[in-house]
Amino acid sequence: MCSLALFPPPLPSGNTTLCESNNELLSGLNGEDTFQVTGHDVNYIILPFHHYWHDFLHFGGYHSCHNLWLACFVESGNTHLLACMCVHHFLLLIDSEDMIAEFSQVLNWPDCVVRAFAWHPHTDKFAVALLDDSIKIYNPKSATTPTLKHRLQRNVAALQWKPLCASGLAVACQSCILVWHVDPCSLSTRPSSGCAQVLSHPGHSPVTSISWSPSGSLLVSASPMDTAMMVWDVAAENCVPLQRVGGGGVTLLSWSPDGSHVLASTPSALFRVWETRMWTCERWPCIKGRCQSGCWSPDGSRLLFSVQGESVIYALTFTHFGSSVVADLSETTFNAQNGDIVVGGEIQNLAWDPKGERLAVLLKGDPHAADRPPMIAVFRTRTSPIFELLPCGFVQGESGDEPRLIQFHPNFQQGALLTVCWSSGKISHVPFYFLSARVPHFGFNGSPLPRPQERFNDFANQSLYTEMLS
Amino acid sequence: SHANFQCNKVICWRATASIAWAVLLLPPTTAVFVILSRFSIFHPMQWLSECLSLLLSINAIFSLILLSGVIIMVGFLNLEYYTVIPTIACSKIALLGQLLHPRQFFSSLVHGVMGMVVGWCCAVTVGGRYETLGYSCQQSDDGGPSQMCLNEYHLFLLLSGVFMGFSHSLLGVIHNMNYVPFHTIQQYKYLRFKESIPLVVKCSASQALYSMRNFIVLYFFLGHIPKGWICQTLQLEVDRSAHALDTVGGLLDLSLLYHTWISGTFLLFTWYTTLQLFRIFVTEVSFPVQSSFTDNAHQCLAKVIAEKQPIILKFLALQDLALLSQHSPLRRAEVFSLSQPGGHPHNWIAVSKECLSLLSDLTQRLVTYHDTVATNGRAKSLSTGSERKNSCLGVCPLHHRRRLLQPLTAPFTPDLDSPFSSPALRRLTAPVEQCSPWHGTVQSPHIARRGHKLWSTSAGEQQIESTAPLAPRMTSFFVFNVQLPEASSQALFADSQAHIWALEGLSYLVQASFTEDQFGVVQTTLPSILSSMLVLQEAVDRHFKLPHASSKPVRCSSTMGDCSYKTLRFALRAALKTALYRITTTFGEHLNAVQLSSEHRKKLQHFLEYKE
Repeated sequence: MCSLALFPPPLPSGNTTLCESNNELLSGLNGEDTFQVTGHDVNYIILPFHHYWHDFLHFGGYHSCHNLWLACFVESGNTHLLACMCVHHFLLLIDSEDMIAEFSQVLNWPDCVVRAFAWHPHTDKFAVALLDDSIKIYNPKSATTPTLKHRLQRNVAALQWKPLCASGLAVACQSCILVWHVDPCSLSTRPSSGCAQVLSHPGHSPVTSISWSPSGSLLVSASPMDTAMMVWDVAAENCVPLQRVGGGGVTLLSWSPDGSHVLASTPSALFRVWETRMWTCERWPCIKGRCQSGCWSPDGSRLLFSVQGESVIYALTFTHFGSSVVADLSETTFNAQNGDIVVGGEIQNLAWDPKGERLAVLLKGDPHAADRPPMIAVFRTRTSPIFELLPCGFVQGESGDEPRLIQFHPNFQQGALLTVCWSSGKISHVPFYFLSARVPHFGFNGSPLPRPQERFNDFANQSLYTEMLS
Repeated sequence: SHANFQCNKVICWRATASIAWAVLLLPPTTAVFVILSRFSIFHPMQWLSECLSLLLSINAIFSLILLSGVIIMVGFLNLEYYTVIPTIACSKIALLGQLLHPRQFFSSLVHGVMGMVVGWCCAVTVGGRYETLGYSCQQSDDGGPSQMCLNEYHLFLLLSGVFMGFSHSLLGVIHNMNYVPFHTIQQYKYLRFKESIPLVVKCSASQALYSMRNFIVLYFFLGHIPKGWICQTLQLEVDRSAHALDTVGGLLDLSLLYHTWISGTFLLFTWYTTLQLFRIFVTEVSFPVQSSFTDNAHQCLAKVIAEKQPIILKFLALQDLALLSQHSPLRRAEVFSLSQPGGHPHNWIAVSKECLSLLSDLTQRLVTYHDTVATNGRAKSLSTGSERKNSCLGVCPLHHRRRLLQPLTAPFTPDLDSPFSSPALRRLTAPVEQCSPWHGTVQSPHIARRGHKLWSTSAGEQQIESTAPLAPRMTSFFVFNVQLPEASSQALFADSQAHIWALEGLSYLVQASFTEDQFGVVQTTLPSILSSMLVLQEAVDRHFKLPHASSKPVRCSSTMGDCSYKTLRFALRAALKTALYRITTTFGEHLNAVQLSSEHRKKLQHFLEYKE
C-alpha cells in the first residue's frame, strides 16, 4: 500500500509546481520571469507567465493568455518541449469592491470564486462557473468568450459537457438543470437564455451533481433533498425517477467511462453502484461516513473512492466483487525550511486521468492550522498486471494559494494535464508528460476511442528517458 | 403468413399476461377501496371488522367477478386500440372528428357501460344508503300502502360511473392515452410497475376529482332526465320525503361527494393500472439475432426488422437493435458474422438496409413537406394516381393513413366485419399488403395533397368521402379548422422513435466495427450510411428553420397519456447529431479514405472539428 511517507517532500514556500517530465515534478520560483530547466538533452522552457498575468491585470484581457495556452498545445509536439502553466485570474471578473464586500460578509465565500469547472470531452475548450452565477466558455481556437447567464442559473454546483456533441453544456443549478446549446461557430458573447433548456422536476432541488452517459444520450441528476435520482432524456425533456429506500437523497453521481455503471452516493453512510443495462443497483454500506468522492478507471472495471472521516483510498472492482484499501493518506510530517508541514488526512476529491496513469488527490487539510494546508498529492497508477499506486509528488501553487478543485483534461495527447482551481481564483494547468504504457485506449464498451492526432514519432527519442528512469 | 402469426402471438400473450396481472391486483385494490370507503375514525375496531366481514361476503365475491370482467374488457380494448405511433390532430376540427368517429364512439359507449358496472359494484360495496336502486317507502303520511321508491343515491353512483367511463374514453383520445410509449431506460417489469404506482394513484385521484366536478354540474342541470326515465321504466316512485339530489342542498352532501370521488378513483385506478401493465408488458422484447433452431428462425432480428406488420414488432426489433449494438458484444459479433456456406454478411445487410431505408424515408418525407410549405401550403396537384389523401399540410407519414385506415374505418366499410370484431384478430389474418403501415412509403412524394383537411393525419380516404357531405364547409367550419401550431411538425415526426433507434443502432454498430468487425462487412456500407445521415441532417436542419418547428411544446402535466411524442423531433435531431459524432470520433482521420461527395466531405469535416 502506498502512503504519503513515500512522497518527496513538498516544495519550499514560494515555489510552484510546473510540470512533470522524465518522472520528476519540476518547479519554479514565483518571482522568476523565465525558467529554463536543462537536462537529458531536452530543454524545457517554461514561459514567463507573470508578464501575461500583469498584462491582463492591467487591461483585463484574456487573449494573451489564450495565445500562450494555445502555444502549449500546439508546440508541445516539437522537440523543444514547452511546459507551461497558464493562469486565468478570475478575480478580475468581479468588481473588486463587490468582491471585498462579499468577502467581508461571508467568511468562506472567497473559497468559491470558481464554483465549477468542466473540460469539453473532445476539444480544448472549457467552461467555468463563477461566483456571480455566470458561466464563461474559453476556447483557444476562438477569440470570443461567451458568457452564459440565465435567471434560473443560481448557485451552480456542477457543470458537464455533453459527450459526442460540440455544444451541449449541462449546469446543475439551485432549482433546475439547465442545458445550454452554445453554437461553437457563433460570434455572440452573450447567448440568449433561449439557448438553454430547462429541466426541472418537482421536489428535485437543489441539484448538486449531474453526469452524462458517455454515449451522450442520457443525463443523470441528483439532489440531496430528493431520494430519487433522475435519468433524463434531455432532448425529449422527460425523466425517469429511480428511487430506492435508504440513504435519504443522492449527493454525488459519476458515470463510468465505459458507460456500464453509475456511482451514486447518499448523505448517509451508504452508496450505490447502478448498472445501466437494466438499472438495478448494489448497495455498499460504509462504516464511518458517506462516500465523499469517487473516480472510475478508464475501462470502468475499478472504482476508487474515499469516505468522509477516513484518510484512505478504497478500490472497488467489478470483476470479482470486493473493496480494498489501496492507499493510506494519514497525516505525515515533512520537515521544511520554515517549520514542519503536515500533509494528509481527509480526502476532498479524487481525479484519475483518462489514460489511467495519474491519480490526483485533493487533501482537505485543516483550515484552522497554518501548518496543515490543503494539498494535491499525485500518484502514478498502474492497472495491469496488478493494480498499483506509486508516489509521484505534490502539486503546489503560489504561496498563499490553496487548491479548491481538480480535474484532468479528457484528451491530452502527451500525457495528462491536471487543471487546478485555486482559492485566489486562478486556474492553472499542470502537464504531466509521459508515454502511455497502455497503447490502445479503451473507450466505450471496449471499443477504442482513437486519438486522431497522436504523434508518437515526435516522442520517440524522449520515450527512452521515461523508460530508463522508471 | 406463418411468421406474422407467430409474432402476433407474442403480442397477444403479453397482453394476456398483463390482463392476468391486472385481475390479480384487483382483490387488494378492492380491499383498499372498501377500507377507505367505510372509513370511520371514531370506531376503528368496528370499522375494520365490518370491512373484513364485507370482503368475505358473497356480495363482494360477486362484485369481484364483475370487476374482473370489466378489467378483461378494458384490457381487450387496450389491445384493440393501442398504437405505437400517436395520432396527432392537426386542427380542432380534426380532433372533434376523432372524438365523434364511430369506432371511438363505440369505445366510449363500452367504457360508459363498464363505468356503470363499476359504479354498481362500488354502490354495493359501500353499502348503507347506496346499496339498492329501489326501497320501500311510505308515500303518504297517513300510513298508506308502502311502495317501491327510487334510491337516488344509488342512481347517482351509477351515473357517475357512466360519466367517468365516458369521459375517461374521451380524454383518452385528447391525451393520446392509447399511445404506447417506449421507456427511456430498460427496467425490470416489476420495478417499472412499482415506480409507476405513485403516478397512477395521483392521476386517478386528480382525474376523478375533475370528472366528479363536471358530473355534479351536469347532474345539477340534467339530473331529472335520467331520474324520470328510470322511474318510468322501472315503475318506481320518487320519494317526496327524501331530499332530491339535483339541488344545491342535495349535492352539498360531503359524504356523498367523498363516496363518489373514491369510487371514481377506484374505477380510474383499476383501468389505469391495466393500461400501465399493458404498456409495460408489450414494450419488452429481445430477439435472437441468429437462431440455430429453425423453429424460431422467423423470430430473429434480421427477419423481424424487415417485417412490415405488426408495427409494434418492428419497433421492438429496432429497440432491440439499439440495445444490442450498445451493450452486447456477443450479439454484435453475430451481426458482423458471415453466413456459413457462402460467406455473405446476411445479418448486417438486412439490418443496415432496413435502417437506411427508414432514414431515407424520413428524409424524403421532410423534403416533400418542405416543398409543400415553400409553396405556402397551397393545393398542389401532384396526383399521379387515383389515390387521394389529405393531411396536416399536404403530406404526412403515409403509414398513418395506412395504419388506421383499416381499423378506424371499419364501421364505414361494409365489407369489413362489424365494429365488434377485433382488428387484432383481423391483423392476424390480414394480408401484409393491405394493412402494412410501412408499405408503399416510397410513394410518399407522389401523394396528392389538398389544401384543406377535415380530419386528422390518420384519417383515411373513405372517411373523408363519407363524412364530407355531413360536414359542409361553412364559415364557422374554418374557425375550427385553424391549424394547431407545430401539430404538423409533430405529425411529421410521429414515428421517429423508430428512426432514433435506427440511428443509434447503426452508429453503435459502426463504432464497434472499428475493432470487432473482422471481415470488414461494415466498411462496404459506411459511405452510404454516412451520406444518408448527412442528407437527413441537412433535411432536419432545414425543417427546424421553419416557424413553429423549433418551438417547444407546453410541458405536459403528469397525466397517464404520455406526451413524449411531442418532443420526438428534438430527440431525433439530437440522436442524429450524436450518431454522426459517434462515427467521426471513432474513425477520426480515417474517414478521409471513405468515398464521399465533396459536399458531404465538407460537412463531415465540420463534425471532425466539432463545429456542428
